[in-house]
Amino acid sequence: MIEMILHAFILIGMIVAAILVFFFKDLVSAAVAFGLFSFLLAIEFYLLQAPDVAIAEAAIGAGLTTAAFIIAIRGTARQEGDEV
Amino acid sequence: MQMSSIVKTTADILFPFILIYGLYIIIHGHLTPGGGFQGGAILASGVLLLLLAYRYTESTKIVRQVVMKSFESTGLLLFIIAALSAMVIGAGFFFNWLSPGGFIFGDVVAYGSAVANLNTGGLIPMMNIAVGLEVVGAISVILLALLSGIKEKI
Repeated sequence: MIEMILHAFILIGMIVAAILVFFFKDLVSAAVAFGLFSFLLAIEFYLLQAPDVAIAEAAIGAGLTTAAFIIAIRGTARQEGDEV
Repeated sequence: MQMSSIVKTTADILFPFILIYGLYIIIHGHLTPGGGFQGGAILASGVLLLLLAYRYTESTKIVRQVVMKSFESTGLLLFIIAALSAMVIGAGFFFNWLSPGGFIFGDVVAYGSAVANLNTGGLIPMMNIAVGLEVVGAISVILLALLSGIKEKI
């Protein structure tokens, strides 16, 4: 029962994070929300007995991809729809 | 953009610990979850911490692109040499000729043992090390290429 509640919390959090990525106009906030999504996905992988995938997801998704997005945002515009 | 000294100090303190953790994931790749790719990604995130904390001109003195490219090439060469080395003694490609009784990583896995033995696995730990070197080199080269394209002073 407690596992079901934990799964439900994490999955609802992932959906909320994905919707936030869609609705944020500030791209840095969207990148951080995407990092939160990857982090929750890594926890979900760990709960589903796949620690190998969880390590890869935490390192690549939450760490490197977010940083690559932030570097790219620094090189272009901060707000969605801005002229460069 | 100049990062504050809090960020720089934190990056300096955290960098060796992230390095040790990544090396642990790589070395224990055949025993615990993780392996060459995951450990290499963790090492690359440690390199990324240094790249983001310092300016581009400062960080390229610490993390040199030539070194990272040679890491990548060394990893790939090590992997293919480890795979081809079995053909020298007459076995097939990727044959694990070190596994029972080799000079390194050659112990036989004890049956039913709860304590993992690091000195097992034969060629698999060597290939994990090779993949780890390759991944940290490749991701660092990607991040350096991304950072070098920004005109703003980082």
